[in-house]
Amino acid sequence: MMTNQPGISRRALLGIGLGAAAAPALAACGGQSTSGGGGEGSVTFLSTQFTPVEERQRFEKILADKVSSVKVAYNPVEAGVFASTIQSQVEAGKVQIGVVGGLHGDLAPQADRLQDVDDLVGGRQFVPDLLELGKLGGSAQKYIPWMQASYVLAVHKKALQWLPSGADVQKLTYDQLLDWMTAAKAGNGGKPVFGLPAGPKGLYHRFLQGFLLPSFTGGMVTTFRNADAVTAWEYLTQLWAQSVPASTNYDYMQEPLQRGEVLVAWDHVARLIAAPGDKPDDWVMAPAPRGPKGLGYLLVAAGVGIPRGAPDTDRAKELIKALTTTEVQQEVLRKNAFFPVVTADPPGDLPPAVALEAAAVQAQQNADDAILSLPPVGLGAKDGEMSQVFKDCFQQICLNRRPIRQVLDTQARRMNAILDEVKVACWKPDPPGEPCQVQ
Amino acid sequence: MRRPWARAAAVQAACVAITLFMAVPMYLIALAALSSRESLNRFPLPLLPTDLSTETMSAFLRSTGVVPAFLNSLQVGLGTLVLSLLVGVPAGWALARYAFRGKEPYQLFLLLTRALPIVVLSVPLAKVFLTSGLYDTTYAVTLLHTALALPTTVLITAAVFVGVPRDQEEAAMIFGATPVQAFLRVVVPQALPGVAAAAMFAFVLSWNEVLGATILTLNQRTLPAQVLSTLSDSPLAYRFAGGLALVLPALLFIALMRRYMLNMWGATLR
Amino acid sequence: MTELADQPVLRERPDRPAPRRPARRVPTPVLLIAPSLIFMTALFVWPTVVAVGQAFTGDDGPTAAYVRRMVDDPSFWPAVRYTALLIVVLIPIQFAFALTMALLLRERPRFAGVYFYLWVVPLAISDLAAGLVWLSIFTDRGYLNSVLDHLGVAGYSWLQFDHPVTMFLAVMVAELWRATSLVLVIVVAGLQGIPKDYDEAAAVFGATYWQRLRHVLLPQLRPSLQVAVILRTILALQTFAVAQALTGRNLPLLVGETYRWYNALLNPNVAAALALVVLGVSLLAAAGYLRLLREHPEARG
Repeated sequence: MMTNQPGISRRALLGIGLGAAAAPALAACGGQSTSGGGGEGSVTFLSTQFTPVEERQRFEKILADKVSSVKVAYNPVEAGVFASTIQSQVEAGKVQIGVVGGLHGDLAPQADRLQDVDDLVGGRQFVPDLLELGKLGGSAQKYIPWMQASYVLAVHKKALQWLPSGADVQKLTYDQLLDWMTAAKAGNGGKPVFGLPAGPKGLYHRFLQGFLLPSFTGGMVTTFRNADAVTAWEYLTQLWAQSVPASTNYDYMQEPLQRGEVLVAWDHVARLIAAPGDKPDDWVMAPAPRGPKGLGYLLVAAGVGIPRGAPDTDRAKELIKALTTTEVQQEVLRKNAFFPVVTADPPGDLPPAVALEAAAVQAQQNADDAILSLPPVGLGAKDGEMSQVFKDCFQQICLNRRPIRQVLDTQARRMNAILDEVKVACWKPDPPGEPCQVQ
Repeated sequence: MRRPWARAAAVQAACVAITLFMAVPMYLIALAALSSRESLNRFPLPLLPTDLSTETMSAFLRSTGVVPAFLNSLQVGLGTLVLSLLVGVPAGWALARYAFRGKEPYQLFLLLTRALPIVVLSVPLAKVFLTSGLYDTTYAVTLLHTALALPTTVLITAAVFVGVPRDQEEAAMIFGATPVQAFLRVVVPQALPGVAAAAMFAFVLSWNEVLGATILTLNQRTLPAQVLSTLSDSPLAYRFAGGLALVLPALLFIALMRRYMLNMWGATLR
Repeated sequence: MTELADQPVLRERPDRPAPRRPARRVPTPVLLIAPSLIFMTALFVWPTVVAVGQAFTGDDGPTAAYVRRMVDDPSFWPAVRYTALLIVVLIPIQFAFALTMALLLRERPRFAGVYFYLWVVPLAISDLAAGLVWLSIFTDRGYLNSVLDHLGVAGYSWLQFDHPVTMFLAVMVAELWRATSLVLVIVVAGLQGIPKDYDEAAAVFGATYWQRLRHVLLPQLRPSLQVAVILRTILALQTFAVAQALTGRNLPLLVGETYRWYNALLNPNVAAALALVVLGVSLLAAAGYLRLLREHPEARG
């Protein structure tokens, strides 16, 4: 035992030495800046967008190159952290964030914590629908449109060999899609080729909310449990039987597409963009299919706003103005595949994969029978629970094989309970009427 | 009775089998992190390092704030280690050597911080630090991580102190050592494996903790808060690169601590 | 615990007299635990009270609505079932595995230091990274199916939503890999303090290996095993990242549901109710383990 004694005193000495060395370092600073900001005159930009490493690097480059007037510390976080950071800072009255940017669904719950930004609307030709969304159901502008996007089909040309005769991949109907995927599965040795992003972070609920159901029923909420909705879900169980079962693990469809696990997939444009990679000639991007009621599609809107009590409002406003210039908007499209919110001609020099997507999005918006769906308006924090209703329907109907009628009736009660709490008017594609309810 | 060599061979075989199970996933992380992005999309996946590329890894290391975040993580990790030992070891000693009223409630109280999913504390915790002016500093994260590490530190050191015989401690005091001296010179060396284990847990916990660090900082983030929190949104190759880059410093730390953990079994294990 | 002690109580050798100490106003153990108590109270009590209160208070005062919402959610009972199943199956296996590893090391095989290091390595790996690597093994075009393919065997969809058995097994293997190191480290640290004399004495008297393990080694290891089982159970109740990475939401766990309610559904009230369930189960389990030890204080060598 005695032999250990020198050991411990040596270690003690080491500890004291370390402590002595660390003390000045600890006293000197509460940490190193990791966002290139936090210094004099920089604006902290908290955002839920561009979280992937490369997208973030590209966006920071855009900020550095094209937004020279303001120094920006770009800080992308998960949606949950986004919400709790804004809430805690505003409630504690010590706001350090200058600008917040996120999807409509991220910003809507923060309506009470955002300043009015009506003075930033002038001087730009914003898309009217997006501007209206930014009011969050009130009369004052709560956020300024930042970017928009939609969802399309990505198709590897290998899958075109099974396309039924008479079907045009750019003008598919849902029935043709099902026939196609059935033939593809059979032709591919029994292995399905169609995938949906039904993983925990996947956006498949948007497919249900904004594409499938509006195309079959013409509505999203009011028609949630009518006979057309039952038909839509019956259709989906058939399509699911022809889909890759691993879909319940897919968050971003570009990955299984790149691996060749999936040849045809529906997803958000930003989550498909890497699929073509350096072989854009092998790929087709197509609008979503159309159903009996038309071509339902959902608009994705992102916005930027300023939290109440933000430290340097003038600089924040300058940043927002810079983000909505045509130049920056087009650069974001080129680099990160999010579309401009200001009306301007699309730039001619798009990278091939973005050009494919841009054409598909255009075709989708301009279709004669297009049915535009907006993200829920005025639901605030209930947005997530609304999406969960659709996810649970999918889980119970397609995965657990429960009777459709019964599931829809149960979930309709849940949806009405959510709507009862917020009492809002219906939003597109449902006919405006107060209060919005499942019929 | 089996012959010694047969026994030794059986032990070796078992050790090798377990080592394979533990090491193969590590190898796969390293392989995937250093493979070209294209080779991760092939099937069957290459199992040998035939297509190495440092492209993803270097792109990952170049992302914004990785170096300062690394320094922050180091500062928080070491701070957590020191603080949790300073606060935790005396408590562990008390649990091992004294019977006192409220011992069980005290232990349960300690476990509270680990038993409650801290995500629900996000907003109130952030408010505490905002009000105290510590928000967005590494001190805030150090304090939180210390609180998270304390249950392990206290309980593990207590378990090890129980096994330290009192005789030598008393002998030292008879020869004129103060209780503190006796503790430091006699008890701590014998309990060193447990203290080292507790230190290891504290550091590794702090090194990998994401949520607390993300809600308590904004511009002075630690490495996991800076990259890991949103890494799942990045392409697969980056996720592996991030996983490997993050694990290497922790491996180095464990290698250092391992010496103290095995000191009782003699020099053969070093 | 009836005796209030500013006197040390020698629980391992009750026959020895306690050393004399000058009487103090504040008992020594209170002084020793005070820093940790103050630390935890200052940092956590208020946030915890606020957060927990949310589970039972709505806009118009106290309500049980959030608890009802939690229970009515279609994922709640599956999450309870899977969490319980994972703990009940995983923890015994994990302890057997860790004990085996520790006893193998105690045999002092060659390269024991290297083995120990490699077996502890998963400790350094965050649960996110662990989920990632096991996903890359079990996924349809992952490493496991690649190996099978090299061997000429057709692959299998281990993680498919309608293959619950392989899905659960995959999560088990991944958790076994990721979290056994924690038990191993605690057990090895505990083993260090156990003198080899007893063990060797028993061997001299002809005790078999199993007898020595059962009657000499395990009783002495009891404090370490108790701490390991408490910590491991509580931490097992907290983990969901691996299960989520491998199975999405096909194998929901309670803590994963807490995160979902808080982050995706932005409903801190129901999240708080779920957190309380996790907290309750954890503390009950910990109290149970503590009580088990207290009833057999003589069991230690």
